[in-house]
Amino acid sequence: MDLSILWYLVPSVIMTACGVYGFITRKNLIAMLVSLELILNSADLNFVIFNRFLFPGSMEGMVFTLFAVALAAAETAIAIAIIINIYRSVGDSDIHKVNKMKF
Amino acid sequence: MEITLPILILAIPVCMFLLLGIGGVYMPRKVAGVLGILGMGTTMTLAYIVAFTYFFSGNPEFIIDGVRQQFQVFDVTWLAFTERLVVNLGFILDPISAMMLIVITTISFMVHLYSWGYMEHEPGFQRYYAFLSLFSFSMLGLVVATNIFQMYIFWELVGVSSYLLIGFFYKLPSAVSASKKAFIVTRFADLGFLIGILLLSFYTDTFNFISMTSNPEAVLSSTGGATFMGASVLTWAMVLIYVGGMGKSAMMPLHIWLPDAMEGPTPVSALIHAATMVVAGVYLVARMFPVYCVVDDSLTFVTVVGAITAFYAAVVACAQIDIKRVLAFSTISQIAFMMVSLGCAYDQPVEGVHYSGLGYMAGMFHLFTHAMFKALLFLGAGALIHAVHSNDYTKMGGLRKYMPITHWTFLIGCLAIAGIWPFAGFFSKDEMLAAMFSRHWFWGAWMTMVAGLTAFYMFRLYYLIFWWEENPDYKHHKPHDAPWQMSLPLIILAAVSCVAGFIPFGEFVTWNGEPYHIHIELPVAATSLIVAICAIGLATVMYRQRNEWPTRVKNMCPGLWMAAHRRFYWDEIYMFITHKIIFGGICTAIAWFDRHVIDGMMNAFAWVTQKVSYSIRGMQSGQVQAYVVWYFLGAALLAAVTWICLL
Amino acid sequence: MDSVGNIIVYFIAAIAIAVFSVLTVTSRRILRSATYLLFVLLSTAVIYFQLGYQFLGAVQIAVYAGGIMVLFVFAIVLTHKPNDRSGVLDTHRRIVGLVASGLGTVLLLFALFYMPLPHDASLAECLTSGREITMQQIGEAFTGSGRLQYLLPFEAISVLLLACIIGGVTIARKR
Repeated sequence: MDLSILWYLVPSVIMTACGVYGFITRKNLIAMLVSLELILNSADLNFVIFNRFLFPGSMEGMVFTLFAVALAAAETAIAIAIIINIYRSVGDSDIHKVNKMKF
Repeated sequence: MEITLPILILAIPVCMFLLLGIGGVYMPRKVAGVLGILGMGTTMTLAYIVAFTYFFSGNPEFIIDGVRQQFQVFDVTWLAFTERLVVNLGFILDPISAMMLIVITTISFMVHLYSWGYMEHEPGFQRYYAFLSLFSFSMLGLVVATNIFQMYIFWELVGVSSYLLIGFFYKLPSAVSASKKAFIVTRFADLGFLIGILLLSFYTDTFNFISMTSNPEAVLSSTGGATFMGASVLTWAMVLIYVGGMGKSAMMPLHIWLPDAMEGPTPVSALIHAATMVVAGVYLVARMFPVYCVVDDSLTFVTVVGAITAFYAAVVACAQIDIKRVLAFSTISQIAFMMVSLGCAYDQPVEGVHYSGLGYMAGMFHLFTHAMFKALLFLGAGALIHAVHSNDYTKMGGLRKYMPITHWTFLIGCLAIAGIWPFAGFFSKDEMLAAMFSRHWFWGAWMTMVAGLTAFYMFRLYYLIFWWEENPDYKHHKPHDAPWQMSLPLIILAAVSCVAGFIPFGEFVTWNGEPYHIHIELPVAATSLIVAICAIGLATVMYRQRNEWPTRVKNMCPGLWMAAHRRFYWDEIYMFITHKIIFGGICTAIAWFDRHVIDGMMNAFAWVTQKVSYSIRGMQSGQVQAYVVWYFLGAALLAAVTWICLL
Repeated sequence: MDSVGNIIVYFIAAIAIAVFSVLTVTSRRILRSATYLLFVLLSTAVIYFQLGYQFLGAVQIAVYAGGIMVLFVFAIVLTHKPNDRSGVLDTHRRIVGLVASGLGTVLLLFALFYMPLPHDASLAECLTSGREITMQQIGEAFTGSGRLQYLLPFEAISVLLLACIIGGVTIARKR
């Protein structure tokens, strides 16, 4: 049996689908952030997979993944800072209570 | 010639305008008045020096073998539109501009002096002097223009000064509307002028007067025989330029502004609306005269318009009550006289005699003499108004005993304009009539009749003011002669009107610079003199003492009298056309279109935008997750579409 | 033909990813949810190792599992009481989420199976045809400014991280 590119892409698709589902359904801001990490991680995985299977001679996919990891760290740090701030002013981290900026 | 003096002639009035206009409010009246008078006096002296140098020095710059030359003192580039089309600013010295320098500065100085007495108690005295200086500057710039574009600029400047001075009493609604009327009517005429300038310069590639007038055949050939609606392009251009002159010189049908312009202070009427600005049209035709000569249709047009206007204005002047209006219509009539004279100065031999110089010279001569005696009459009228506090001759009558100086000077003015020997008007009018008779007997006869009418209405005015019967109000308020500032100009101008006719004008001003020896055409002179004396006799019979004749004549044809009194309903016609047809008909439709279609379209856009935003604002729920759902669905849709397209 | 060991490792990692992903988004306890995410990230690191990117796998473990997870745990502990459970999802929301994610999955799978990709290359072939990525190569890629070298993005990321530190401190500090 051959482990072709499709085998590796399937878990990535599952991860993305779960991330989207979680991002839409979860009420808690941190839980939403966790779902976001899932989506981001699946994107990273895709970079690496395509690099390995389609362009085995180069390393650009890996480099981009490294950058994406760094970006994810930055984004998470800021998001958590904001969430803590919201929690302080609203007293909760429920997304449904943070809707003051609508029309 | 040094350029210092010509520059100073223009610079002193404009500096005085700036000085009095900006600093006037901080000056006492006396200082402002003295400054204005001194400035104008200096300008007058300089202008006299320049003009006399031009006429008498015999310098080869100015005269070669007895032929006077056109000399550009300076001519500097101002605006370069293209390589060949360049607007210059300059100073031209030739017979007519030198003559106009004398006329303008003399009358302006007289008016400056006179205004000191006349405007003494008016608010805005300093502003008044500033405007007078502005006008003097503009008018001087107009007459010394070396090219038609410079003339156009100063043409507009005199229009502005006229507007400012007519509306000087800006608290009077009638003055305000009169100033607007004057400005708008002349603006319409200037549109024709501008189009004419553009047409002309488009074909000739020059604005310069000398290069156009020294070779008019080249101007004609440069148009290449192009025609428009049956007339050659050059004819159109010259007629359109003349339309500008019609506006400024109040020819029919653009004359309606001049009678209303009498709302301004009387010295202003004397300066602008009698002596100088209104003859700008005549000056323009004279300036372009050689070009007019090569397109005889346009000269015929000038003649016909002038002849109709002269007669019309003379008839209307017989039935006016306001003395300034009588003088205004008299001015229109006399300017039309000059126009006809120019129109008859046709540069072709008629029955073997080359008459071209005569009409031109006579027109300029009349411009000169008319400026003097019409300014005199207006200033006299100002003195009367100053004494009686009314423009209406029914408030006057029998004033000869109370105001002797005004009476005698006014009488001299009337005799001069009526054309009685030996006063100035006789000589110029005789030359003009001779020119008209030489062109065609019809024009001569027609204008002789107008001259008779002139004598009649002027003496009607004279008798109604100074004889007729005494106004009983004089017992309460005794009228008296004006102070010396006002009387002195009257006396000077009366003296000039007495002797100006003996100036050998033809030696100085002719169309081609060659001297022309004036000689009285005895039959013409006798005819016009007899007609004038008969008209004066008729006026004496009718108006010397209170009697029933005027009423009887009036009742013979009340319709004609009423029509003449209402100026043959020209104002009403204009009102009808502008209000009923243009405003009421065309503009209402355009306004409706604007309000309902253009605005309606905009309103519809706004309405739709508002409705749509109200209906979709619920989507802006503030729920991040809802946004994500929409975003994701959108992205999925895009992906699907892309993919379908790729397949 | 891939080795049996590789296939087994793949299946373990793939099944772990699938199961823990689902658990991450369905668990009602937030701390557990974060823990399941940790497992997903570790499984991803396993796949990185298997694909031959040892450095990347190490970074994944160090930064994600080591750094970001700690941040999550901190935030959770700061904003939640122990044994806090989120409420049961209402059906409407669940259906919307399922439809959205299902639609995405269908599209992705459709693309996956119908796009012209070279399916046939196996992992072993790719590993042998590809060259080994050494630390030296990675270092040169990050410190050069030539073609396919990334000094500028690297510096930009450094500045970004600095900005994040300052921003995070500014936003979250007590006023």
